[in-house]
Amino acid sequence: MTCPINGPRPISEFVYGGAFRPMPDPDAANDIQWADYVFNRSGAAAVKIEWWCHSPSTTWFMVERDTARDVILRSFLYSDAAIEGAPK
Amino acid sequence: MPWRLVRFALSKKHPEPRMFAEPGELKSSYDAVIIGGGGHGLAAAYYLARDHGMTNVAVLEKGYIGGGNTGRNTTIIRSNYLTPEGVKFYDTSVDLWKDLSQDFDLNLFYSTRGHFTLAHTDSALRTMRWRAEVNKHYGVDSEVVGPSEILKACPQMDITCGGHAPVLGALYHAPGAVARHDTVAWGYGRGASLRGVEIHQQTQVMGIDVQGGKVRGVQTDRGYISTPKVLCAVAGSTPRMTDMVGLRTPIYIHPLQAMVSEPMKPWLNPILVSGSLHIYVSQSARGELVMGASLDPYEVHSTRSTLDFVEGLSAHMLDMFPFLSNAKVVRQWAGMADMTPDFAPIMGKTPVEGFYLDAGWGTWGFKATPVSGKTMAYTLANDRNHELIEGFSLSRFANYALTGEKGAASVGH
Repeated sequence: MTCPINGPRPISEFVYGGAFRPMPDPDAANDIQWADYVFNRSGAAAVKIEWWCHSPSTTWFMVERDTARDVILRSFLYSDAAIEGAPK
Repeated sequence: MPWRLVRFALSKKHPEPRMFAEPGELKSSYDAVIIGGGGHGLAAAYYLARDHGMTNVAVLEKGYIGGGNTGRNTTIIRSNYLTPEGVKFYDTSVDLWKDLSQDFDLNLFYSTRGHFTLAHTDSALRTMRWRAEVNKHYGVDSEVVGPSEILKACPQMDITCGGHAPVLGALYHAPGAVARHDTVAWGYGRGASLRGVEIHQQTQVMGIDVQGGKVRGVQTDRGYISTPKVLCAVAGSTPRMTDMVGLRTPIYIHPLQAMVSEPMKPWLNPILVSGSLHIYVSQSARGELVMGASLDPYEVHSTRSTLDFVEGLSAHMLDMFPFLSNAKVVRQWAGMADMTPDFAPIMGKTPVEGFYLDAGWGTWGFKATPVSGKTMAYTLANDRNHELIEGFSLSRFANYALTGEKGAASVGH
């Protein structure tokens, strides 16, 4: 996997942080919306944006990965992300 | 006693016909459609036909029956869970298991071995005590034992695990058992088929027709079927199905891998589980050591295997059994585990009328095959959740009322 800061590194150096899920505004969300954010997710196979961490350097970044084929398409820093629904 | 064997011994009519009839074309409508021809789907079909007289039922399986997680698990059966909901549910399952060979007139090789969950730390031992007390309260045979009792049952084990993870004790569950998993699917399939249920293999569901919040039918790659009731029992493919009816769930999929050693003469009688070493192991009737570990650490929707897994699991096996260093691994595989946040299943009715879920079976579905079939058949027939599955409804997440079963998953996935 390629870390956006440290470059290509063995996959054993990386830790999965789960799929990226945009957070609703905690003050505006009702209990149902908040429960949906906390628990529910898109579990079907797809190309997904995920959080990963390069653990020796504790660099958190984002990875676009096809979960059916387990193929990494690209990795980038969160600040670079043009993600639909991401908090500004 | 399987009387069929005696009959075949005295008869010239060999061999017996295939397990179930080829049903031919799909009908245009059924009283219920079950998606998924694994143990759970076939068990639900069996009990629907046997206990509720619903026989105009189709089971749709995209591959072949029992080819998913039913054929990929490590076949351990136990009821030493942690929450009252879990203990009652799995204990009913163990009771059903004991009679299944008789029920099917088919030998499941159901073998009661005793099940040790090893504790390598004080905190693990505390959880074992907690589980033992909950179990005893509900009449389940569980007790905390010390290293000497473990050694008595398994003298071959290095109780210090190479000196770096000494075993302090274990939760011992005498009814812990193993069974032949393929036969479970065949037995339920045959029992359902004999009562008129149609089992359509190589039939993929492409869409579920929902109108006005109600299920109307199912679109398959072999044509459209109209039906008012659909049971989704598809293990690692659940999110694809729930997407078809617009239902949000907390289910996520990680592969769970397992492997077997070459066959050896019988030496390991009990089932051993170590949470700290991430191992569960038993010896099959064929003499193979059946071994499993923890989930793969990230989401994948395929049944690929990895070298990491074999290396990690083998190293931990050698901690417990150094003499196995020359034993060969002959086979490894993976299943797709339908995980939920609280490690309990999602069962019963859903907000979509006529759409029933038997899902979220993660790493603990095989042992629940009989009871989930029975309770889902009840739920489908009466359109009312069976009392044993009330704690497992999808709505528990919206209500923040999770079941909290993770501590009983034996290895901390």
